[in-house]
Amino acid sequence: MRPNFSVLFLTTLIGAAQGLFIALFACELLSPTALEANFFVGGSAIILLFSGLGLLASFFHLGHPERAWRAMMMWRTSWLSREVIALPAFMGAAFAYGAAHYLAMGSNITIALGVVGVVMAITLFVCTAMIYAAVKVLKEWAHPLTIVNFTLLGSASGFTLAAAYASAMAPALITPLAQVAFFLTAVSLVTRGSSLLRNANLTPASTLQSAIGIKHPRIVQKSQGAMGGSYNTREYFHGKSAEFVKTIVPSFLVLSFIAPLLLVMSVPVLAFILQYAGLLAERWYFFAEAKHPQNMYYQGVA
Amino acid sequence: MTQLALVIDLNVCVGCHACVTNCKQWNTSGAAGSLVDQNPYGLNPTGTFFNRVQTFEVGTFPNTETVHFPKSCLHCEDPPCVPVCPTGASYKRKEDGIVLVDYDKCIGCLYCSWACPYGVREFDEERKVMTKCTLCVDRIYDESLPEDRRKPSCVLACPPGARLFGDVHDPQSEVSTAIRERGGYALMPEAGTNPSNHYLPRRKTTITIRDDELYSADNPHKIDGAPFDQNMPSITEEL
Repeated sequence: MRPNFSVLFLTTLIGAAQGLFIALFACELLSPTALEANFFVGGSAIILLFSGLGLLASFFHLGHPERAWRAMMMWRTSWLSREVIALPAFMGAAFAYGAAHYLAMGSNITIALGVVGVVMAITLFVCTAMIYAAVKVLKEWAHPLTIVNFTLLGSASGFTLAAAYASAMAPALITPLAQVAFFLTAVSLVTRGSSLLRNANLTPASTLQSAIGIKHPRIVQKSQGAMGGSYNTREYFHGKSAEFVKTIVPSFLVLSFIAPLLLVMSVPVLAFILQYAGLLAERWYFFAEAKHPQNMYYQGVA
Repeated sequence: MTQLALVIDLNVCVGCHACVTNCKQWNTSGAAGSLVDQNPYGLNPTGTFFNRVQTFEVGTFPNTETVHFPKSCLHCEDPPCVPVCPTGASYKRKEDGIVLVDYDKCIGCLYCSWACPYGVREFDEERKVMTKCTLCVDRIYDESLPEDRRKPSCVLACPPGARLFGDVHDPQSEVSTAIRERGGYALMPEAGTNPSNHYLPRRKTTITIRDDELYSADNPHKIDGAPFDQNMPSITEEL
């Protein structure tokens, strides 16, 4: 599949925002010392900034952004529709959470709003991941690991971001947040590594034989109906060389996992910047590694 | 329940692309149009088509066969492109099973085209909406047309008659009979999409002729059992 940068930015930005919300709420529940309201207000502002930028990026994916509201209609069947509802709902919960802290409405209300926000954050992780996991024809995506990876990668980058944020606002929290970020990054390395291994050894469900219904071992395409390319030759191929794709995998493994594991305890800000860049590459590869069965109809130009 | 569909006979298709051009012409000027053409006279012309003919070579030289393979929306009974649509722009008509896109509701998110295993949806780069074969829904019910012209334009254009059109749920229809009696099959059955369009396979066309059958008939002297004349033209032509 062709990686679309609006979707890469959307999924990585909102993932970090969701993880940061979970981290903020964990700080409120578990911090041994009372934290200033400003810590939560500032944190909520960062969450809204990240998820707002993600939302903005998502509009660039649409042919008709002015009709985007229509995407809320089919929530009964479409995970994309559910995501379109869950993202503003999560942003609303984050805004309410920050506002409740700003207005000093008391811990009962902030904790209740925090629970709503965490539920929305997890719901949004599931909705975003299911957009991909629900596409049955893309075997690389149609697997529970997709949901695990979106949730863990978003949470890991969110906790790294939280550690970076704490280094400016609440130094006492750097170490515990960095420890959780370290743990989540390590676990997500295992789960993303598992999906890389799984996808490297997949057998395609369809063959050229089943695609055109001719049972002969040797079939060669001589013409695809157009010589100048078509939507089919653009949308379903990443368009980069095999060498380029090969360099992306080690790049994102180092940037998303190895570098943050080494740096998050000492320089969390740098760790987040590297991890975020790595996750963009990871998401690029997520698209590039998905081999669409329609590509079997586009293997040769006469 | 009616399920309109095409049945395409690969044994008959000669790969002339008449269905492609007639489809483009009808749909670019009809309710589904206009279909974009980008850079039409340049080096890399591209545009949207609802129907394309591809060509495959089967076998190893010299024992090869050239198979022309027309590909358009299969109007699946379980279309994976419909439930994923977030706006409801992509839908399957209850009354005749045609899968359509409402261009006024489509937001151009491309998600439906990811869900389709056949790659038969094409994004219109000018109108910024997803487009696809409509089975010429704007002409098959048009009562201002003579009844025998109320067919998809690809079917009407096909010179050798490789394309059949009808209700695959009616066991008596021409298409159902063709599927039943000529080994009609669906593409990528493993995808679970249950396509309505079917393809009829290639068939071996042979006829056995014994020497004496031709010799006797062509013998100007009508002498049965006469010895074979070396000067007579060959009578073992393959038909």
